[in-house]
Amino acid sequence: MTVTPEAPAIEAPTSDVDPFSHEVLEDPMPMHEELREAGPVVYLRRYDIYAVARYQEVHAALTDWQEFPSADGVGLSNFRYEKPWRPPSLLLEADPPRHDAPRRVLSKILGPRALRKLREDWFADAEVLVDEVLSNGPEFDAVESLSSVFPLRVFPDAVGLLPDGRENLLPYGDHAFNAFGPANDLVAKGEPRVAELAGWVGSRCAREALTDDGFGAAIWAASDRGEITPQQAPLVVRSLLTAGVDTTVHGISAVLYGLATHPEEWQRLRANPALARVAFDEAVRWESPVQTFFRTANRDVQLGGTTVPDGKKVLMFLAAANRDPRRWEDPDRFDLTRDPSGHVGFGMGIHQCVGQHVARLEAEAVLHALARRVESFEVAGATRRHHNNTLRAFDSLPLRMHLA
Amino acid sequence: MTAAAPPRTTTVTLAVTGKELVAEGVATLTLARPDGGRLPDWTPGSHIDLVLPNGLTRQYSLCGDRWDAHSYRVGVLLETGGRGGSSHVHEQLQPGHLVGVGGPRNNFPMVPAERYVFVAGGIGITPLLPMVQQADLLGADWQLLYLGRSRRSMAFLDELAPYGDRVVVHAKDELGPLDLAGFLGTPAEGTRVYCCGPTRLLTALETACADLPPYTLRTERFVAEEQGAPARTAPFEVELARTGATVTVTPDVSVLEAVGSAGVEVLSSCRQGICGTCETGVLAGRPDHRDSLLDDAERAAGDCMYICVSRALTDRLVLDL
Ligand code: FES
Repeated sequence: MTVTPEAPAIEAPTSDVDPFSHEVLEDPMPMHEELREAGPVVYLRRYDIYAVARYQEVHAALTDWQEFPSADGVGLSNFRYEKPWRPPSLLLEADPPRHDAPRRVLSKILGPRALRKLREDWFADAEVLVDEVLSNGPEFDAVESLSSVFPLRVFPDAVGLLPDGRENLLPYGDHAFNAFGPANDLVAKGEPRVAELAGWVGSRCAREALTDDGFGAAIWAASDRGEITPQQAPLVVRSLLTAGVDTTVHGISAVLYGLATHPEEWQRLRANPALARVAFDEAVRWESPVQTFFRTANRDVQLGGTTVPDGKKVLMFLAAANRDPRRWEDPDRFDLTRDPSGHVGFGMGIHQCVGQHVARLEAEAVLHALARRVESFEVAGATRRHHNNTLRAFDSLPLRMHLA
Repeated sequence: MTAAAPPRTTTVTLAVTGKELVAEGVATLTLARPDGGRLPDWTPGSHIDLVLPNGLTRQYSLCGDRWDAHSYRVGVLLETGGRGGSSHVHEQLQPGHLVGVGGPRNNFPMVPAERYVFVAGGIGITPLLPMVQQADLLGADWQLLYLGRSRRSMAFLDELAPYGDRVVVHAKDELGPLDLAGFLGTPAEGTRVYCCGPTRLLTALETACADLPPYTLRTERFVAEEQGAPARTAPFEVELARTGATVTVTPDVSVLEAVGSAGVEVLSSCRQGICGTCETGVLAGRPDHRDSLLDDAERAAGDCMYICVSRALTDRLVLDL
């Protein structure tokens, strides 16, 4: 009897789509729907990976750190076999037990209670910025004037960065998020500056480079108390600088876009500014600034009726899950009467975005300031998307304001 | 459509799925969700609150395997002079029974170090057991000193046996009292000493570590927490200060849900008391905290609560909603 060894059959439906092509990055929704409808788990031939686009499976994979760990990288690159482009993040690219202490330290520093003391200042800063912007006329590009400006005003200060070099933060973050995808033109575009940008970011993480009253100093203080090691402290600061800027910028653009295109929702928010938090989370659900993340199966794992083989990457479409009609009623509608709770736009489980309260506070500040001055607003011209392998972003979002 | 919605963990009620007498006076309980679902994650040093059917709330350290997402294990010492928590567990609680669970919460977290010395006194072994496993997994240099009256009363000796001479078992009836300072010697730089056990042991260790660098010693005390009132199993009222509405929270719904059904949506995310999204200010009344976020001082302050899991000790709470 002869036994011919066979490659294990792919159990899942297969697809030839390229989630990282410019066509898809321009408008990923049709592909999301295609993948959701193809099955709970789909094999993507082009990259030899598994993809999940339905809420239930995305949620399951996100929360199951035991079977879908992160230390092999949360991008396409598999750290089991490939060397990462930078020392792995202690938060994002680590599993328990190594993940525990850095996460614990950061979640305390960025927790809602710790942020209360920033609230008043940030609301005042947003008022000043909105007044400045509006004094230049009722039409402006929201990306250029608001969403990329406000986070860069308040967040680096809160971290404790000195003023110089802050213009490096956005390109660095943009490259870091591109690098989670395949080595395509978007990655190549960032490559010439990687060494310089990574070097600058690295140099900003040292204790001496930080003011003594920010998140950065608090991280170093935690290392003085032995809660993390002095070797870990700069990498934890780096996580703030990598993940804390671009994502918030795109989140604020998303909520402005949602409100500009849904005037009745803006009226609702104006009538009740306390809805600002709901509006922001609904925008994070609806647009999902972070579109995707990967996990790696650490053995043959059952997911959605399919066996994901040991060592294979699973691409989780947070954005598709956030519009899965199996979970959300009328999912494509940006709707402030909806309870967006449970969306996976910030992830879920032990890696859920540790900076989410910071992002919410920034967005809330901007929306409150606008609600005070602006009766209504709309999109005033052609919008332009910014392509990134992981992020959904605007390059340009022209708005016209009607003042109250 | 709600079919595929995540479990709405309202009251976190777990089922006892196993009970075992593992040493003289020490029982372990295994707990799981009645639907078999995933439990909130935990880290070594974490404890959970057991809300016992007799209304008492007691804290027990988790001593199971965090890679098993579907069950918790706690070890419970029968305290003869106690106020009835441990005797209820030992005498009444049986597999199949349901108990309310809060947390997990960690006031005794493990910090990264190259070298650890663990000192356990009696039932104080429970939080240290997962730490030992973790230190071993990380390849750290570690040692455990496990003190007890007699081997008969010392739980988990079988689970510790494979670690060989990294574990020093000191049973008083065999070896007499131990010279703690002598055992400790002068630990190498960067050593973290973790101790859990009776006050006497902790005090002795504090003295022995007095000259070591600050933050070297980390301890957890087993003191019966003074709860002003037993956990409520009866409905309570929640007043929403800004709208003036009052809602009744029955045992089968969370405050989050009750408030929501009164038309006040509060944003939530994890619904397990771990992410902080649903934080709500408390203006009056005493919350029964069951989250994993607040430390002891913050809990005592009682000025905010995570309404996806936490409840009320008082008949009425006034929330800043
Ligand atoms: S929703 Fe996460 S703490 Fe309540």
